[in-house]
Amino acid sequence: MERKQRRGFGQMWIFWAFLLPNLLGVLIFTLVPMLRVLLSSFQTAVGGHWVGFQNYATVLQNSAFRLAVANTTRFTLICIPILLVISLGLALGLRALPGIGVRLRSAFLMPMAVPAASVVLVWKVLFHEQGLLNGILISITGEGVRWMDTDASFWMLVISYLWRNLGYTTVLWTAGLAAIPESIYEAARVDGAQGWQVLRYITLPSLKGTGYTIDVLSLLNSFKVFREAWLVEGDYPQQSMYLMQHLYNNWFRELDFDKIAAASVMTSLVVFVLIGLLGKAWDKKE
Amino acid sequence: MNKVQKILLGMALAGLALMLCFPIWFGITGAFSSQWELETNLAPVFTGTEEMVTWSFLPQAPTLEPLVQVLMDAPEFFVMFWNSVTITLGILAGQLLVGVPAAWALAQLPLPGKGKILSGYIVLMLMPFQVLMYPQYLVVRDLGLLDTLGAVILPAVFSTFPVFLLHRFFLAIPGEILEAARIDGAGELRIFWQIGIPLGMPGVMAVGILSFLDSWNLIEQPMTYLKTKSLWPLSLFLPQIQLKDIGMGFAAALLMLIPALLLFISGQEYLEQGIALSGGKD
Repeated sequence: MERKQRRGFGQMWIFWAFLLPNLLGVLIFTLVPMLRVLLSSFQTAVGGHWVGFQNYATVLQNSAFRLAVANTTRFTLICIPILLVISLGLALGLRALPGIGVRLRSAFLMPMAVPAASVVLVWKVLFHEQGLLNGILISITGEGVRWMDTDASFWMLVISYLWRNLGYTTVLWTAGLAAIPESIYEAARVDGAQGWQVLRYITLPSLKGTGYTIDVLSLLNSFKVFREAWLVEGDYPQQSMYLMQHLYNNWFRELDFDKIAAASVMTSLVVFVLIGLLGKAWDKKE
Repeated sequence: MNKVQKILLGMALAGLALMLCFPIWFGITGAFSSQWELETNLAPVFTGTEEMVTWSFLPQAPTLEPLVQVLMDAPEFFVMFWNSVTITLGILAGQLLVGVPAAWALAQLPLPGKGKILSGYIVLMLMPFQVLMYPQYLVVRDLGLLDTLGAVILPAVFSTFPVFLLHRFFLAIPGEILEAARIDGAGELRIFWQIGIPLGMPGVMAVGILSFLDSWNLIEQPMTYLKTKSLWPLSLFLPQIQLKDIGMGFAAALLMLIPALLLFISGQEYLEQGIALSGGKD
């Protein structure tokens, strides 16, 4: 208490001086313009006339918007569960192998460091109709997949996303696993729990908090898969990999700022709500 | 788990690791292959013949020719490489300059309302570029920065993720050390500089590496804010390379890959620490 009183105006000012340059920058470059966009989402792009929710209605009826939303939703619903399960399995597996596990983890993590643009040629050769991946597929199943111009291009995105994020997510799970106190395991062993039981009743419930953060971070990273899509297929890709960013870029070229504003506001709301819902979901799970 | 199970598990995981690293290996060997060898191996891609693409684990006639060609005969490569370097270092320097003190304030200084500020930062950090693109476009336009490297650098300098992550590292420094220093009469600046920075160094390294990898890989931002081709970073230049120059394409890709890979290998310990902390519980 006494110390608090001694912190006069001068002292407080020094504390704020640490934060203010960054805080001001965040306000100027992000928060204030976001509010501006919120405002302009209720106005016409030219002239700024007040139109209520008309921009929102236009965007929601737009077929390209619906396609992009459907693809993005499908992508996250498929990718994130796969990513979470495989990477948790990897984290558990690596933990069971002290020594070599650490080295293997580095190998899993490496794709994360690779700039998307520097493997674009590799991707093109891998996923070409007569490419390496189909070479393997044909030798196993006798049939290849037309990755580039069918619905399969969606799976190319899934593979790209998993490739880039598997190691990152494994490291996150590993950290969550390391945070579980050894004493809980010992207590469980004393009570006679073994193998799968330990996993089911001790490990998984203790990972709830980690699971939530990983979900949120994976969701955020899932938006970046646009890079692979754009690098491999350019501005107008096969329909099933048409993502939000493609749509934004098209609207941008056509100066449809009213649509972009409304879509941005809706996207931020969805992200915001999703973060909240995911939090609830992970809290309730046993 | 018995020994046999462990060996089997190790082999399975090693197999997966090899699979994940294969595209990287593919890219590296491609850069040391001659244009002729690439054209032969990748003939179906070029001419649409019926057979399948082939690839050898090592180039049959390894050559430095494409690399030399890129370094000697492709002046536009240097321009783009330099743009990438400027963007990355600019973002990095800015983030450290304003972000490190801010993270320190949020972690260790008794500011009123800092919990709310931090929550706001976390929400902003989770917003994808699709949400931020148009708002940031407006600021950049109003500041007259459109079509300059500043349009890519400045908004990224004030991204909130580095502050959040660094704040996590700074939180781990026990408050008693700082109180003791204050009682000894050390000023806030000195405490930050002589205690905070050295003890938080792993965090600064982690943030530096993550930011470098992110900035080096930027695509959406330069694509939106830069019209002039001579300002483009490598990430926009590489996809433009025509198939007839595929040798040079692989070589240029390798030159873009090298800085990121070197940083990854040398700073991996910090990187893993940083990733682990970014996901830890609140």
